[in-house]
Amino acid sequence: MDFLGSELLAIAPVLSVTILSLLVLVVESLVTDSEKISYWVSVFGLLICGAISISTLDLTGNVFNHMVNVGGYGSLFATLFTTAALLTVVLSRDYLRKEHVSFGEFYLLILFSTVGMMLMAAAADLIIIFLGLELMSICLYVLAGFMRKRSISNEAALKYFLLGAFATGFLLFGIALLYGAAGTTNISYIVENYGKLAASPLFWVGLGLLMVGFAFKVGGVPFHMWIPDVYQGSPTTVSGFMATGAKAAAFSAFILVFAHQEFESGEKVHTALAFIAAASMIVGNIVAISQSNVKRMLAYSSIAHAGYMLAGLAAGNQLGRTGILFYLVTYTFMNIGAFGVLSVLEREEEKNLTFDDYAGLGTKRPFLAALMSIFMLSLAGIPPFAGFFGKYYVFVAAINAHLTWLVIVGVLTSVISVYYYLRLVMMMYFQESELQFTQPSSVSSLAVLTIAALAVVEIGVFPSSILSLINNLY
Amino acid sequence: MYNLVSYITLLPLLGFLINGLFGKKLHSERLSGLIGSGVIGASFTIAAMMFLEMLRTPVEDRSHVITVFNWMSAGSLSINVAYQVDQLSILMTLIVTGVGFLIHVYSIGYMHGDPAFWRFFAYLNLFIFMMLNLVLANNFLLMFLGWEGVGLCSYLLIGFWHDKKFDTGGYKTGSATTSDAAKKAFVVNRIGDFGFLIAMFLIFNLFGSLTFEDVFSRASALVTAGDKTIFWITLLLFVGATGKSAQIPLFVWLPDAMAGPTPVSALIHAATMVTAGVYMVARCSILYALAPATMEIVAIIGVATALFAATMGLVQNDIKKVLAYSTISQLGYMFLGLGVGGFASGIFHVMTHAFFKALLFLGAGAVIHAMHEEQDIQNMGGLKSKMPTTYKTFLVAALAIAGIPPLSGFFSKDEILFRAFTQGSVVFWLIGWVTAGLTAFYMFRLVSLTFEGEERWGHDKHPHEAPRVMTVPLIVLAVLSIVGGLVGIPVSLGGGNAIEHWLEPVFERAQTHLSTATEISSSLEYILMAASVIAGIAGIYLARLLYLKRTEVATKLSTSFKGIYRLLWNKYYVDEVYDVTVVTPTVKISDKLLWKGVDVNVIDGMVNVTAKLTAGASGWLRRIQGGVAQGYALAFVVGVIVILGILILR
Amino acid sequence: MSGIPLNYFVFLSAILFTIGVVGVLTRRNAIIVFMCIELMLNSVNLSLVAFSAFHGNTRGQILVFFVMAVAAAEAAVGLAIIIALFRNKQTVNIDEINIMKW
Repeated sequence: MDFLGSELLAIAPVLSVTILSLLVLVVESLVTDSEKISYWVSVFGLLICGAISISTLDLTGNVFNHMVNVGGYGSLFATLFTTAALLTVVLSRDYLRKEHVSFGEFYLLILFSTVGMMLMAAAADLIIIFLGLELMSICLYVLAGFMRKRSISNEAALKYFLLGAFATGFLLFGIALLYGAAGTTNISYIVENYGKLAASPLFWVGLGLLMVGFAFKVGGVPFHMWIPDVYQGSPTTVSGFMATGAKAAAFSAFILVFAHQEFESGEKVHTALAFIAAASMIVGNIVAISQSNVKRMLAYSSIAHAGYMLAGLAAGNQLGRTGILFYLVTYTFMNIGAFGVLSVLEREEEKNLTFDDYAGLGTKRPFLAALMSIFMLSLAGIPPFAGFFGKYYVFVAAINAHLTWLVIVGVLTSVISVYYYLRLVMMMYFQESELQFTQPSSVSSLAVLTIAALAVVEIGVFPSSILSLINNLY
Repeated sequence: MYNLVSYITLLPLLGFLINGLFGKKLHSERLSGLIGSGVIGASFTIAAMMFLEMLRTPVEDRSHVITVFNWMSAGSLSINVAYQVDQLSILMTLIVTGVGFLIHVYSIGYMHGDPAFWRFFAYLNLFIFMMLNLVLANNFLLMFLGWEGVGLCSYLLIGFWHDKKFDTGGYKTGSATTSDAAKKAFVVNRIGDFGFLIAMFLIFNLFGSLTFEDVFSRASALVTAGDKTIFWITLLLFVGATGKSAQIPLFVWLPDAMAGPTPVSALIHAATMVTAGVYMVARCSILYALAPATMEIVAIIGVATALFAATMGLVQNDIKKVLAYSTISQLGYMFLGLGVGGFASGIFHVMTHAFFKALLFLGAGAVIHAMHEEQDIQNMGGLKSKMPTTYKTFLVAALAIAGIPPLSGFFSKDEILFRAFTQGSVVFWLIGWVTAGLTAFYMFRLVSLTFEGEERWGHDKHPHEAPRVMTVPLIVLAVLSIVGGLVGIPVSLGGGNAIEHWLEPVFERAQTHLSTATEISSSLEYILMAASVIAGIAGIYLARLLYLKRTEVATKLSTSFKGIYRLLWNKYYVDEVYDVTVVTPTVKISDKLLWKGVDVNVIDGMVNVTAKLTAGASGWLRRIQGGVAQGYALAFVVGVIVILGILILR
Repeated sequence: MSGIPLNYFVFLSAILFTIGVVGVLTRRNAIIVFMCIELMLNSVNLSLVAFSAFHGNTRGQILVFFVMAVAAAEAAVGLAIIIALFRNKQTVNIDEINIMKW
């Protein structure tokens, strides 16, 4: 009992969010008109869970018979996921009311998918990664179709569901083959015996399929096709959550399996990753140019950003790993912020989502426009905003790994990307229109967006604050 | 004392925050303007105190690094926010804050009544903050921050009057707005930044550090002169410089950037930001000294830009466009100086150019203001009597840029031409010399058409002298334009060439790798000087001859000119000959071929084609996204096959 | 496992998996597509059980149980999504569901 107690304590971050989810589930089933209570329980619960995650940062080791890692890496991601969930929950309340779908289940699903994400980041075994991934994905399928009266939301959910399940099949087949080659699903065992296993073709097919499965979740080209449609059709705050939390979770698992010293000689793996990275940067950035819907543009931009992060993974060195983690933290804030501004300005029936609708926002809603400009400039990678340093790190890592061609592709495409991010800034400040943005935005939404913007600026000016956290992990 | 350096940068940031956050609520132009220019004035004072301190200390103790805080450290990469205070950076800081302060003061008058007055000052302060980071940085990353930052501010300020139409001079007639100009500037600059970024990564890879001191001290040991890597590093850095400093082939944005408010053109697009490329190359002098091939390219690009831009300046009728092409041309001179190894001469010209070009732009601003936003010099003339102060100061600046001794432009331009002759080649000097003549010509064409001759403006306009708050900066800058050159009087004229000695320690490392110029007889120096003075005077004479001739003889000109005019009037055939042999072909060539042909069609065309290709690829690529889930699954399966192929077959 | 080599199981499961993939790519009806995905998952289960027996540990079999549970959850959510879609559009043909593209 004592033994079990200490193990339960060790996974406190995951456990606390699980308990919170179950609590909201009980509230949902017992209380009529539960939306308000669920909201507040989720907000305060997530604050506590975030604090718990931070407090476990210094722990090390693994529990439950080498199934789950404790502290460090997992806790850092747990903090990131709870933050993303918290920001999403607060932003969603107004949005859901506006869209007339304010049901308490929404928060429940967000919380459960957060549990899934945290499991992925804390996994020491491929089984846990699979379970976490599925828990997260199944909740997100439902969230994507949350506005069930709208055919666009239905379509997003169906596409996400079918392609997600399809990709799960590949991921699972990869796990099965790795198990066949190694005789275990323990990640560190597989990584340590990489030299021995590399002779078996079973191992390579398994590793390849696993890579494909993760690449699908992070949105790497050519496994990215679902992203634009799903992000466009889903409720805007959910799109933000998917683009940050779900992507970060997929990356956390990706790093767990693929970023190891042992692979540094394994050039094949890095070639494959570099291929996906380059394709993502090119396709994401170039197609984003011709989008007229801001939400869809952000979807393509998220594909491009996945490409930049994959470049860090392809570098396969210490700096690359640090770079991706740093990138993920900054990306979470700027992207939730960008989707958040979108959700505040959006009106029923998908109005106010095109570039033209943003004309003159600079004079009509100066504060929101300023926040959006910060997010856009950061996404474009313009210093001193946080987005620049993320890119900078992964590029330095790739240069050190002699992937100069990849860096040239990266810098060139990021030059292209400035065009479409700036187009929105231009629309807001340099254009006029009669369109009114009369609907008020709630204080809580604005507060959350301000926090996200401050984080983007703070991390950009003092990147050491985050970097020291990340450096402690390795 | 030197610890105060962080205040130099922080004060403008403070000004930006105050004006940016509370400016609208202040409801007071006076207060906004006072805060905006006050912080820059304070920065200038600190910089000046530091400069005086530096003058007192012996040469060895003049370079200091002040670390503000640790910016980031990850693995082998550790970078501080640290400022390098030395002879070069303090000089640039003085120019940026000094000229910046005057332009801020001027803007109080110029922007009077603008609904977004506070926003203008907030942007200007932010610009100064970024520019100071650029020149004071002690590592490439902080420099890049400033580099990008000034680009961003430039973009915001060009598009300040966003709905205003402007004349692009031939292409996209009627539809272009200032926001198009702003976007063009930003995108073209990003192409240059691409070079800077890649160069930065290569530097980190080669030297293992991004700090100037580390990189430059390791350079001689790690790199053999003419090495391939150092060639690429310096060339890519120079690509960055061509973007920021508007050199061939990336100069196209600068003329369009004139769509912004005139103080912005003066501050950003003449005196400070556009010289960032020159500063950067000078800062990296040791790297360039190790890459002689790049040096050659820098000199060629510089001299070619100087000539091309000057010829383009001949045919412009927009007062600001003339000045814009002139700026490009003068920047070309600076790069010529750097390229032949005269780093100090390039920086010297940066300084004098900041004085007289800022003065020219501010004078142009006063004229535009007085003429109610009229910018076409064909609709001006005779403003001399209406705006005496503006005219006099403008004339001083024009004489300075034309290289008439003893004004500042003479010394700095002459130093560059001298270097070009002795350390470069005769061809460089010859082209530079011709350009000097052209410069004098188009400047005095501008002066003549704007201020002299008959009045060609309508009766609805009542030009008047600008208010004191605008004329005082003009007068200060005029004084600086006159005396600014005295710090660089060459030895042969009995001066000490103080500025070169001042900057010597900064370029010491580079000079050891460059072939030191053999002793030149001072008689050659006198001949070269005389030649450039002749070019300047000839240009002025020719311009006055051609553009004041149109005025009726009856127009009352000062008697001294009257005689000359009569003489010329009677000898009409001389005029004809000039016209047919020199002016018409030059004008034709520059108008038809160089400006319309090269600038508008080829280079703009290239930019447009690239944009079209990208847009086309974008349109084509998005079609793959067909909307049907099975298509997506098919792409997925293709991806699986590719990945497995890479993993198994390789 | 007596008599039947491991390779047979691996090939059988690979063939079943491929049939599932081809089904997903070619069938129009969303429910049949979903069934093809289930076929893919079951082929994985087959290989997992075979590997488990081959290695002599139970990890693979445990994973099979998890896969079945997850597949059941996925089926519940998936069918609900398909029903919601059918209510709106009166069709479950995948190629008619393409409002969002490019």
